[in-house]
Amino acid sequence: MHKTITIDGQEVPFEAGQTIMDAAISADIYIPHLCHNPDYQPHGSCKLCTVKVNGRNCSACTFPAMEGQDIQNHSADLEQDRLRITQMLFVEGNHFCPSCEKTGNCQLQAVAYYLKMHDNHFPHFFANREMDASHPEILIDHNRCIFCNLCVRASQEKDNKNVFAISGRGINKRLIINSKSGQLKDSDIDINDCAAHICPTGAILIKGTGYQVPIGQRIYDQQKIDEVSLAEESKDHG
Amino acid sequence: MQAFIQTIIDKHEAAPVRLLAILRDIQAEYQHISAATIEILATALKLPRTQIISVIEFYSFLHTTPTGKYDILLSDSITDRMLGKQNLMFYFASQLKLKIGELRSDGLVSLNNTSCTGMCDQGPAGIVNGYALTRLDRPRIDAIIKLIEQHTPVKQWPAEFFAVSDNIYQAGLLLQAPIKPGDALKAHFQRGAQNTLAEIDISGLRGRGGAGFKTAMKWRFCAAEPETERYVVCNADEGEPGTFKDRVILNSYAHQVFEGMTVCASIIGAEQGFLYLRGEYLHLYEKLQAILQERRESALLGNNILNQGINFDIEIRLGCGAYICGEESALIESLEGKRGIPRNRPPYPVSQGYLNKPTVVNNVETFLASTKIAVHGGQWFADVGTEQSQGTKILSISGDCAKPGIYEYAFGVTVAQVLNDCGAYDVLGIQVGGPSGTFIDIKESQRKLAFEDLATGGSFIIFNQSRNILDIVKNFTHFFAHESCGFCTPCRVGTSLLKKQLDKITEGHGSAGDIVALEELCQLVKNNSHCGLGQTAANPILSTLQRYPERYAEKLKDISYEPGFDLDASLETARHLANRDDAGAHLTQVEED
Amino acid sequence: MADKLKLATTSLAGCFGCHMSLLDIDERMLELAKHVEFDRSPITDIEHCNPCDIGLIEGGVCNSENVHVLREFRKNCKILVAVGACAINGGLPALRNHIPLEDCLNESYRDGIGIENAQIPSDPELPLLLDKVYPIHEIVKVDYYLPGCPPSGDVFWTFLSDIIAGREPSLPYELIHFD
Ligand SMILES: Cc1cc2nc3c(=O)[nH]c(=O)nc-3n(C[C@H](O)[C@H](O)[C@H](O)COP(=O)(O)O)c2cc1C
Ligand code: SF4
Ligand code: SF4
Ligand code: FES
Repeated sequence: MHKTITIDGQEVPFEAGQTIMDAAISADIYIPHLCHNPDYQPHGSCKLCTVKVNGRNCSACTFPAMEGQDIQNHSADLEQDRLRITQMLFVEGNHFCPSCEKTGNCQLQAVAYYLKMHDNHFPHFFANREMDASHPEILIDHNRCIFCNLCVRASQEKDNKNVFAISGRGINKRLIINSKSGQLKDSDIDINDCAAHICPTGAILIKGTGYQVPIGQRIYDQQKIDEVSLAEESKDHG
Repeated sequence: MQAFIQTIIDKHEAAPVRLLAILRDIQAEYQHISAATIEILATALKLPRTQIISVIEFYSFLHTTPTGKYDILLSDSITDRMLGKQNLMFYFASQLKLKIGELRSDGLVSLNNTSCTGMCDQGPAGIVNGYALTRLDRPRIDAIIKLIEQHTPVKQWPAEFFAVSDNIYQAGLLLQAPIKPGDALKAHFQRGAQNTLAEIDISGLRGRGGAGFKTAMKWRFCAAEPETERYVVCNADEGEPGTFKDRVILNSYAHQVFEGMTVCASIIGAEQGFLYLRGEYLHLYEKLQAILQERRESALLGNNILNQGINFDIEIRLGCGAYICGEESALIESLEGKRGIPRNRPPYPVSQGYLNKPTVVNNVETFLASTKIAVHGGQWFADVGTEQSQGTKILSISGDCAKPGIYEYAFGVTVAQVLNDCGAYDVLGIQVGGPSGTFIDIKESQRKLAFEDLATGGSFIIFNQSRNILDIVKNFTHFFAHESCGFCTPCRVGTSLLKKQLDKITEGHGSAGDIVALEELCQLVKNNSHCGLGQTAANPILSTLQRYPERYAEKLKDISYEPGFDLDASLETARHLANRDDAGAHLTQVEED
Repeated sequence: MADKLKLATTSLAGCFGCHMSLLDIDERMLELAKHVEFDRSPITDIEHCNPCDIGLIEGGVCNSENVHVLREFRKNCKILVAVGACAINGGLPALRNHIPLEDCLNESYRDGIGIENAQIPSDPELPLLLDKVYPIHEIVKVDYYLPGCPPSGDVFWTFLSDIIAGREPSLPYELIHFD
């Protein structure tokens, strides 16, 4: 006998230890997310996956599924809040999509498309962020970092290294590199590391690969992120 | 330098959990933590250098670039401002010939703002090299400047500059008739652990740190955990602006706080406790250490306490300037030597707290109350207060009143009664529970302080009719933006956006749509933030917008939209470089017909 | 055809790419012309905006002249539309925002390679640069946004068709692009 939760009226089975996000993915239900990737420890920071559990807002990626939970996922209110949170990420950093190699393959952008985002709504911070092109194969453009922490986790959990860390406080938060110079070239990152490929945005890029697929024919030019994400993530769940 | 750092590392047993203490000691010697030091620490503590950097960058009192040999901070709480702090700050800066927030070129002195230092009843307050300064005024600042320019060590400055008074004006169950050290433990051992827990249950005691969780239930949950390595933590971070009662309790009732922790430890089966003391209260550190030592020598702490075969000791860990570290799971992270980022919950600290072991975190006042209850029994406490809020509450009263200080009341007391007792006249409103609480209007003075009406951690800031609501709200809103830990998007970006949007309105650049946008943003931050900080950061705006919409409305322009920044000022650089000042070199803020 | 909608367009700190893209509606331009009449626009000779139904703004706001033009549009257009990435978030011109304006001007007029007669122009005829390039919604109220760099002809067509038909404009997923 499976225990179940209800997501937008649909009964969804879950196993002990699963989060709401896990259960949703297994049932082919998309809950928007950016800092979550089923291959890594949940983080719970972007808040895009906020759902209403028995009337209370919770992060689906970290909150355990529990028998009888009545969950709202795709309500107009929640989608509106998700839109605003996405817009916050856009004004916090410097996201000039037309000049970004990741455009069309970027999850931040794809979520924005999914949420029908037309504008950035808020005043822009135009933060002063740097670019680190020191490494021969890997580029970091801090302008596009949304602090999802995935590179940090990938480096620790999969690569058994510690190349990245989040530093600073509040709006001065920043991504730092573990090397004496602070530059990527002096860190022990390798082109084959998971951390080099995990970034959902164009903040960490592999040099020399940006335009292999022309703009207009990229992942999210073809398909919405809900389909892409479920196709990729539910395969891990069998 | 290497030798000095090594002694510090040795003193702290090269323990990564003591990273903050190590960094504090190094910073005290060198006024910052250099890149070279970070490398030495990383090797010695076997930590990635990034973890050390990220800790330094997280805490306000730690720096990677030098501060002055004399590092001066002025408390930027609204109460300090009401006592003239801003003028003092400008005076200070001009006399020292430096810019606020910068190090003077000779490296001797730096001056900056800091969040409320918990001296609201004796401000304007400040901190020099970590030590609290009170009752600042111009003559005192002149004297301080002289001492600095003469390079007089802070230890030789006049003691009265550092005098901190208790200012207890009204004592009740908790502050009256202190018990003798050991009496609560004796009563507790006589009664038996389970019976003491039952008394705490009967007392109805709920946490005094703000959230009001039942203390007996928390201890019971922790005791029921399968993992037997457990911890007791006393939360003395007291960062809520306008709160200073924990400072007074620790100054004059510390034995009873430590005794409460010991009672708790014996009930839940913990052998190690921590007092997490906010960095701003460094002046209490030596005194508290001495009390701990005294207790060890009296068999009230350490091995085999009172011959009962129980072992428990307490270590004091200092914070480094971060309001968020009052949040219990952020506090635990900080205790572990990390950045104060609130954890995901569940699991809660009672099951996975310090080092992921079951941990009870309680407020200073909660432990004091537990001690009293252990002696006098639960009913003694429950007989006082209201049905849902038993016992008394210690208030920190500041702002516009004749006698700011500490007042203890039975729960259920009306705001009017409190105002009367502290000599507050011509009152406009009161911030109850600090910025994260509620701003109430004087019309609501019949409301009661109790969990069922106005819940409060103890901050009670009074504003008279001469005060400007929007100045108050602005100070609080900036506070939250400064203190957001940055973990989650809605609070990290949202509190900064709230600050921008509020400033736009208060600076007169707002129009009707801006109020709608402000309210929408408030709800967004409140409903989607990860922890209590973000969830309450919009309260100052929401509670005043509800009560005083006209104060906001009168700031608005009758136009559809105006930029949130000064348009003409944004031409200044170009004007200067092009050497122009003709009409075409200027812009009006809004379209003129 | 007395009740044709009046449409004005302009480019502020933009590249006219959005205007080119508007022309990409190709033969549908004839259909459009049945319903709208162009007021101030690069494709007419009208120099100042008259009262209009729709104003399309391409480009962000980088100098004082942009501010004046934008205000003229806001004042005269019932519906003001931010068209393209630059109008929406400053776009590529806003890449200068993290460089102090003084450095930008010095590099362009004084210290750059191959500059003759190096000096920063001081001519009252020239608009002055703002310290940053701003999205237009930070200067005036904006009613609709058409994302894209540039938005495709289809985006223009869909949006204008909706407005002409009196519908609330809405873009299907395929038409929302930031690149
Ligand atoms: C941002 C924030 C700051 C807090 N600051 C404090 C504090 O300074 N002192 C405190 O006792 N509790 C504080 N709390 C509440 C603690 O998380 C926790 O609930 C409390 O320490 C539990 O003790 P109690 O049950 O005795 O009240 C804070 C909570 C939040 C969200
Ligand atoms: S660089 Fe990319 S993966 Fe790393 S935190 Fe930033 S957005 Fe996430
Ligand atoms: S709400 Fe604010 S303080 Fe709390 S986790 Fe989020 S960013 Fe940090
Ligand atoms: S996906 Fe859950 S908080 Fe980011």
